[in-house]
Amino acid sequence: MLLEYIAIGVMILVATLIAFIAIGLGGLFGPKKPSAEKDTPYESGMNPYGEGTRRMPVRFYLVAVLFILFDIEVVFFLPWAIAFRQLGLFGLLEMVIFIVILLIGYVYAWKKGALEWE
Amino acid sequence: MTTPTYTDFYTLLPYLILTVWACVLLLVDLFIPVGRKGITAFLAALGIAVTLGFSITQIGAESVGFSSMVALDGFSTFANILLLSSGLFGIALAYGYTQRFNMVRGEYYILLLFSVSGMMLMAQANDLIIVFLALELLSIPLYVLSAISRKLTSEESGVKYFLLGAFASGFVVYGTALIFGATGSTNLAAIFAQAAAGVTSGLLLTIGAALLLVGFGFKVAAAPFHMWTPDVYQGAPTSVTAFMAAGAKIAGFVALFRVFATAFPSLAPELTTILWALSAVTMILGNLTAISQTNIKRMLAYSAIAHAGYILMAFVPYGNAKVAPTAIAAGLFYLVAYAVSNFGSWGVVIALEKAEGKGLEIEDYAGLAKKYPALAAAMTVFMLSLIGFPPTLGMVGKFYLFRSALAGGFPGLALIGLVTSLLSAYYYLRVVVNMYMKEGDPEIEREPWLALTTGFTAIATVVVSFVPQFLFMLAYTAVMR
Amino acid sequence: MNSELIVFLVLSLVAIATALGMLFSKNAVYSALFLVLNFVTVAVFYLLLGAPFLAMSQITVYAGAIMVLFLFVIMLLGAENLKPSNALPWQKPLAILLSVILGVEATYLLLARARSSLSVTSPDAALNTMDSLRNMAETLFSQFLLPFEITSILLLVAMVGAVVLTRAEKGAAK
Repeated sequence: MLLEYIAIGVMILVATLIAFIAIGLGGLFGPKKPSAEKDTPYESGMNPYGEGTRRMPVRFYLVAVLFILFDIEVVFFLPWAIAFRQLGLFGLLEMVIFIVILLIGYVYAWKKGALEWE
Repeated sequence: MTTPTYTDFYTLLPYLILTVWACVLLLVDLFIPVGRKGITAFLAALGIAVTLGFSITQIGAESVGFSSMVALDGFSTFANILLLSSGLFGIALAYGYTQRFNMVRGEYYILLLFSVSGMMLMAQANDLIIVFLALELLSIPLYVLSAISRKLTSEESGVKYFLLGAFASGFVVYGTALIFGATGSTNLAAIFAQAAAGVTSGLLLTIGAALLLVGFGFKVAAAPFHMWTPDVYQGAPTSVTAFMAAGAKIAGFVALFRVFATAFPSLAPELTTILWALSAVTMILGNLTAISQTNIKRMLAYSAIAHAGYILMAFVPYGNAKVAPTAIAAGLFYLVAYAVSNFGSWGVVIALEKAEGKGLEIEDYAGLAKKYPALAAAMTVFMLSLIGFPPTLGMVGKFYLFRSALAGGFPGLALIGLVTSLLSAYYYLRVVVNMYMKEGDPEIEREPWLALTTGFTAIATVVVSFVPQFLFMLAYTAVMR
Repeated sequence: MNSELIVFLVLSLVAIATALGMLFSKNAVYSALFLVLNFVTVAVFYLLLGAPFLAMSQITVYAGAIMVLFLFVIMLLGAENLKPSNALPWQKPLAILLSVILGVEATYLLLARARSSLSVTSPDAALNTMDSLRNMAETLFSQFLLPFEITSILLLVAMVGAVVLTRAEKGAAK
């Protein structure tokens, strides 16, 4: 029964392959003349200091939360799309209400500047 | 495909009106300038008032809707009216408070509307899925409101409330899952039918019901699930505390009653003992801890815990068909009495509160009677009502509660209630003693809506206590359907 | 040995390996990434059990959104390289005790199941089709219409809450 999903498996495989091929080809054909100067993170900038990872501003968090909320919205779309014909006009109306409610949130977040980076 | 009918919408009409109103207000608020957020407050209050009007026309109506997910009956209408009134008081207290403490935000009122709508959904829930959604819908706005003032204490309060509330929601979900596993349904009536037919695993069902009890216990601040209450009540903006102390408690108890009375009457032998113990422990713990408090917000928080114990008393005989209606009606009556005194006393606290958390010690009430006799008199009324001293609503409420406990065959519980009430007189009267017998120079804020709230609740507390029969009959008919 | 059993065994190994990797990574970001892999593996388990919707939600919500949030929180707090001394002292013994209890419970159930006449049957092949998803959708959008719509209100409230808590009112005196 997993055979139904074989297409997804093939897609994942191909996607992975493409990534490897792209990197591999570059390594194969590209000219390689490494030097200590070239390997520094900022070749002609100032010397880096401190940790490579640093604390992210809290603003990212708001984006992440908004992302989750819209992501959960998407989860409801899949069964709705699959049963779209059976559900008919009423199903469409239901989804429209659902989307409108979330759209209110979107307009709100937009107007409040939650999507701006300042 | 079944499309919703008129009955479906009519059943849920109060909730739908309020939700649509809140959604529209959210958009309208975007165009109201910062300096004029009073318009939002007014519109929010108007929305609640309109919904209240609809709810009142629904008195006596009975129906179920949306695949029996929600029910409309006397009980839910009674709760709706009480919750909507709490919302109105919540807005009245918040209006001046938010301005004074520089935390005016239109969202305050919108979140409050959503919270009220969640509470109403809770009152009408006839399915555990709706119970859970309603629980979240009423809680999430409260978490945000607790943290809305962006002060450190307020944010701490919000985080604490959120973590423990999420924990409690987890209990509710787990309990729901076990009940579904035992009975194959989340519908309250279907659960009862399955349990009565004996086709369920009794143990699984009992554990599920107990987990639900834990979840609701958190929400109504019953011991031993009360630990969050003092910190959250103290840290949150006082106007938010006033609203959540009344609203969340009413919603929690209403859900508790509906779920247990509809779905688990067959579990009464096991659960009655648990409820008895919960009630007794909550009364004793709440009152004893309140004695040592010096901060009025913390004292009232422990008082809120103690009152959860008193109201729980009404649920102990829920399996006894003869006594249950009277007992539950007594519980509803006490919820009204508690809500009224609660808003009044928090209103007085708001009147005395100063910036930086000043004016919140009980000593700060010294000399209030000489300078502001009316306010001191109102506070005295609320304190007497919370003790259960005549002539106040609290006294009548406790009388009904103790009477139903006796009728249900729980004299021990009634005795604990009586003794702890006497004990509670010590810390409530300390406030009165401070106001009347000590010297001091308190300053209060004069705000018209605040004055109206405290005045109205104080008068109601006294006047209704002389004609309690009519309110009790309302509650009784609501329970009898 | 049929193909499903082979898939199951291979995936089990991957699931256990990623779980261990998550536990023993010194860097919290690596732990989080191992968890993503673990979630994806579990999603395939759901497919094996005939629950495509669960598999899909597992990937979009857990492996996608929730993990993004995890990573943000880790980086927000700068908690990538916490020293071991920061752990609560009673946490380890308690965790070991709880997992032993869980292990005993699972073993007992497995043995009890083996002794009884009930055998573990793989779910009906017909279950794992788009039909099951369609049936679920029809129930969701008719019988559970109200909870579905209330969910959107809940998401809206959460959105408002997130904005209120992270953004100060524009032009408000701070």
